[in-house]
Amino acid sequence: MTAAVSFRGVSRHFGPVRAVDGVDLDIAEGEFFAMLGPSGSGKTTCLRLIAGFERPTAGDIRLFGQSVAGLPPYKRAVNTVFQDYALFPHLNVLDNVAYGLMIAGVGKAERHRRAEEALGLMALPGYGARKPSELSGGQRQRVALARALVNRPRVLLLDEPLGALDLKLREQMQDELKTLQRRVGITFVFVTHDQGEALSMADRVAVFSDGRIQQVGNPDEVYRRPRTRFVADFVGSSNVLPPEVTRGLGGPAAWASLRPESVVLTPVKDVVPVGVVTSARYLGSATRLVVRMEGGGAHGVPPGTEIAVLVGAERALPEVGGRVGLAWNPEALHVLEAA
Amino acid sequence: MTAVAEGAPVREAGGGLSDTLWRRPRLLLLLLLAPPLLWLGIIYLGSLFALLAQSFFSIDEFSGVIDRTPTLKTYGELLRPANLDIIWRTLAMSAAVTVASVGVAFPIAYYAARYARGRWKALFYLGVMLPLWSSYLVKVYAWKLILAKEGILGWAFEGVGLGWLLDAFLSVPGIGGNSLSVSPTGTFIVFVYVWLPYMILPIQAALERVPGSLVEASGDLGASPAQTFRHVLWPLALPGVVAGSIFTFSLTLGDYIIPQIVGTSARFIGLAVYQYQGTAGNVPLAAAFAVVPIVVMGIYLWIAKRMGAFDAL
Repeated sequence: MTAAVSFRGVSRHFGPVRAVDGVDLDIAEGEFFAMLGPSGSGKTTCLRLIAGFERPTAGDIRLFGQSVAGLPPYKRAVNTVFQDYALFPHLNVLDNVAYGLMIAGVGKAERHRRAEEALGLMALPGYGARKPSELSGGQRQRVALARALVNRPRVLLLDEPLGALDLKLREQMQDELKTLQRRVGITFVFVTHDQGEALSMADRVAVFSDGRIQQVGNPDEVYRRPRTRFVADFVGSSNVLPPEVTRGLGGPAAWASLRPESVVLTPVKDVVPVGVVTSARYLGSATRLVVRMEGGGAHGVPPGTEIAVLVGAERALPEVGGRVGLAWNPEALHVLEAA
Repeated sequence: MTAVAEGAPVREAGGGLSDTLWRRPRLLLLLLLAPPLLWLGIIYLGSLFALLAQSFFSIDEFSGVIDRTPTLKTYGELLRPANLDIIWRTLAMSAAVTVASVGVAFPIAYYAARYARGRWKALFYLGVMLPLWSSYLVKVYAWKLILAKEGILGWAFEGVGLGWLLDAFLSVPGIGGNSLSVSPTGTFIVFVYVWLPYMILPIQAALERVPGSLVEASGDLGASPAQTFRHVLWPLALPGVVAGSIFTFSLTLGDYIIPQIVGTSARFIGLAVYQYQGTAGNVPLAAAFAVVPIVVMGIYLWIAKRMGAFDAL
């Protein structure tokens, strides 16, 4: 099967800055694909390369097997939901949604009917006569979605569409987007810096750093078996352990990842690594402790190594400054493929 | 007691002008608005009203004495063919200058708003504003030299072998003449040049507020650049275009210097006002002439509003 979107050796340089640097990527048709990374990692530039707002410095981009080199945005069968929604302020909601159809030459009655239908799909029926400035952030975002989807694009590009919403609304929209994607069956490419968002919505996730893809995989793979130190740290703030620590813990001399939630507190005994709690950060459902290891004992953990531990809200918390023992299932120590 | 909690809760007791104004914001507003309101209300609107009142007076044609009984006789005089000629000529020139200014200003404003950054932006402002720093008369006379028969423009046309084209153009009745500097086209060119900054700056300000993502969104939805211009950029820039056209249109309507220096000696409204209130001593007719631009601008703004030019504000 041809991929909906494929990148082969794609780079986009802005002067000396390598925004995107040799990216290979295949996004399957009908997939919900997330591009995850911190700001400046190249994920948004990749999205803009697909849309045609940027042209690659090198490499080839194909949409459904067809090269789009030299094809301007208005000739590509993709639509974008912009981070700031980019609704036309001088048009009402209905004309905003019908814009693509108007450009395509669809008659007024027909395009208004279809726009109204798309607004209905977004739970915004009857909002057509309003101006975008009269809508809330969540409503604008739905209008932006309706405006893109009404054109029945082959690929829908979403540039941090939930970034401007408050937490409650964001969670609600995550569910709605996922449901919507299943219903319309269009390939979604979703850019976000929020790992929770990427993991909860996407079928597959690509983790970006410094213009390169660090890892591509389904959310479970990326979370539990990070390939690089960057992925381990960025996705879920794992403990990234240097080779000497890994070896001290009985593993090979290689970088490893240890999820904070995989570590449990035990009474202080000689057989377990022991350390002093140096800080506690309350997160609501859990508390994140940082434990500075003492060294010695049966384990060869170098003294001074800091290990983060996630303690569930129902567990008893040690005091900051107190001594605790740490334990984990040996399988939880995941050795990284690449440094 | 810790060091943090030391000291009095109030830094300094007592009054002072700022404190009084802070407590009484209305007083502050009054102080801020009184001078401009006095200026606008009494000096500006007052003299405008005095002018309007004069236009309802009439002049005794034999003695030249002003008759202060209200009458529409002076307005009737405006409708004489010679005076109507002046009005139409001025309106046509103002409209042509405005349209041409939009055409020239838009690309410059678009570049400045969308692409120019840092040093280039400063250069843009300097380039647009610099001509405003020098005397208007100097610029107009400079143009007279440029447009003269032996001027640089004619020389350039001859130089590239297009002298015949210029001659052909100058032989067109209504817009041509002996040379560009004594043709209506010359007047038009100088008007466009002199008022151009007043068109560029408002358009640039309007385009500056159009996020780049709107242009991208339009393209993303399938619109070619021409369609994006028509459906997105132009409607959003329209308030700026209208603001600029108010300047170019009304400044051309009222100007009495440029037509005297460059062009045929055909009269424009400003020149008529100047001559009637000065040498001719016919202040009522001058006042009636002066009312024409006010009425025209009123109608123009009304139409612009009806067409939705200010909807995007």
